[in-house]
Amino acid sequence: MDDLSFEVQAGQVFGFLGQNGSGKSTTIRMLLSLIHPTSGQIEIFGKRIEKDREAILEQVGAIIERPDLYPYLSAREHLELFAKVRKQKIGEADINATLGKVGLAHRAKDKVQTFSLGMKQRLGIGIALVHNPSLIILDEPTNGLDPQGIADIRQLIQYLAKEEGKTVLVSSHLLSEIEQVAHQILIIHQGKKMVEGVTKELLDPEKRIVQIKTTDDANALKVIAAGSFSNYLLSRSEGIYLKIPTREIPLLNESLVKAEVALLGIETKNSLEDYFLQITSNA
Amino acid sequence: MWSLIKVELYKIFSRPRTYIAFGAIAALIVVIQLGLKIDGDSYASFLMKDINDTLTVDGKVLNGYLICYILLQLLLVHVPLLVALIAADMISGEANLGTLRLLFTTPYSRTRWVLAKFIAASIYTILLLIWLAFLALFVSMWIFGTDDLFLMKSNYVVLIEQNDVLWRYVGAFVFASFALLTVTSLGFLLSSLSSNSIGPIVGTMSAIVFFTILSTLNIPLFTLVKPYLFTTHMNNWKEFFDIQVNANNEAITGSILNIPKIKTSIVVLTLHIILFVSASIIIIKKKDILS
Repeated sequence: MDDLSFEVQAGQVFGFLGQNGSGKSTTIRMLLSLIHPTSGQIEIFGKRIEKDREAILEQVGAIIERPDLYPYLSAREHLELFAKVRKQKIGEADINATLGKVGLAHRAKDKVQTFSLGMKQRLGIGIALVHNPSLIILDEPTNGLDPQGIADIRQLIQYLAKEEGKTVLVSSHLLSEIEQVAHQILIIHQGKKMVEGVTKELLDPEKRIVQIKTTDDANALKVIAAGSFSNYLLSRSEGIYLKIPTREIPLLNESLVKAEVALLGIETKNSLEDYFLQITSNA
Repeated sequence: MWSLIKVELYKIFSRPRTYIAFGAIAALIVVIQLGLKIDGDSYASFLMKDINDTLTVDGKVLNGYLICYILLQLLLVHVPLLVALIAADMISGEANLGTLRLLFTTPYSRTRWVLAKFIAASIYTILLLIWLAFLALFVSMWIFGTDDLFLMKSNYVVLIEQNDVLWRYVGAFVFASFALLTVTSLGFLLSSLSSNSIGPIVGTMSAIVFFTILSTLNIPLFTLVKPYLFTTHMNNWKEFFDIQVNANNEAITGSILNIPKIKTSIVVLTLHIILFVSASIIIIKKKDILS
């Protein structure tokens, strides 16, 4: 990591983005004192991790990369064991509530060796939540989950932040998921901070990136170049892309139809994905 | 701290591998006891054949006390290998599973976790020894009965009255616990250096074999290091069965021939335990948890 500095606001979801090998997991390991930084300092809840490690970790729940668990223990046994190593009292009701929250109540007594990757991921999140932490650090929490599982985790993150006031730091390669839940995002590349800010401000909701699909791209480009849309045209070899104000998308559609361009569709692209690619490819 | 130890014990005793050692010890002891029960008289005759002309021994030579001694001689060499199966897996096994990071992100220091793991592995070792004692001593006493303990050493014989035997076994088992805890701590140290279990398990076994050979070889070069090797001291539980004699060459009940030797061995073994566990703590504290 190289001079990485960022702040996470309490009660918000913080999206932590970067390509594979960019240093996301290394950063998270440093936050959890699994790796010792060579220099610099980390403060969580206003306390320094090297001095108040135990007090800080009492209020933190985390999953890191893979959901590695004990194959010979059941889901309930995992939660019971990790409840025992917390200083506050965690009862049977709390464990049942956590199992319900991560959708594993019906498999509570089954050994983890019979679980799918998605179920292990959910149990990993359950372990992170069982002691009701203030800060939840989720490193790739949707890895191995099916679409329904991903949606469930998204809802859970939103619930934890909105309803329970938790601070959630989440890293993921599923940018659309981050875009939907994160108040703030940080993009890192090769260990360096590329950009940090409020998601809405960074993504400029007034403008959308759209891809125009036609059977005759040359004709479509003529229409765009002739009209007022030429300024929005993005230089891309893989198709016709425009960064266009949202309100002008119907006008663009109308112009193309009037010019009898054989239109297959106008697709609004994922803006965070586009932004991410733009940031990291320029680095 | 107790909650961490309970967690570690729960994990140890939830794994099928843990019971292999208990099963192996039970199987070995039962087979030997069965063999001696069926053909014990021939074995006793074989033992006594060299001294039958000069010495007459009354009573039952092949009694529960002698059987236990024979079993301990056989098994206390191999039990360390069974101890290594668990001790050498305590940290490396978790590193391999990836669960070490789950433990080290709880609000307890790494030192506490390492100590809790060592204490849990030690409890397993002691339970294994108690199991061995129960089967080798008490079951043998029940099957073969009790009488005076007659032992043949390399160039002399020892006869210990039956009412003077049991406490010696208690002493021998307490001593053996120090010896096995040294193996536990060695396995633990190697475990802290690795991210898979096979290396530390094989490493512990190899170290025991290697140092045992050094301890038994009478080469002057090795004589210098022998007193400092833990393997030199591991078999000194036998000292509890060497007895002092008076001027008439009569055994002195309740006596031990060489108490300083036992004390020295316990000190050396304890120092090894402290050294190995301290080194494990230092290594784990400095280690970056990447797995």
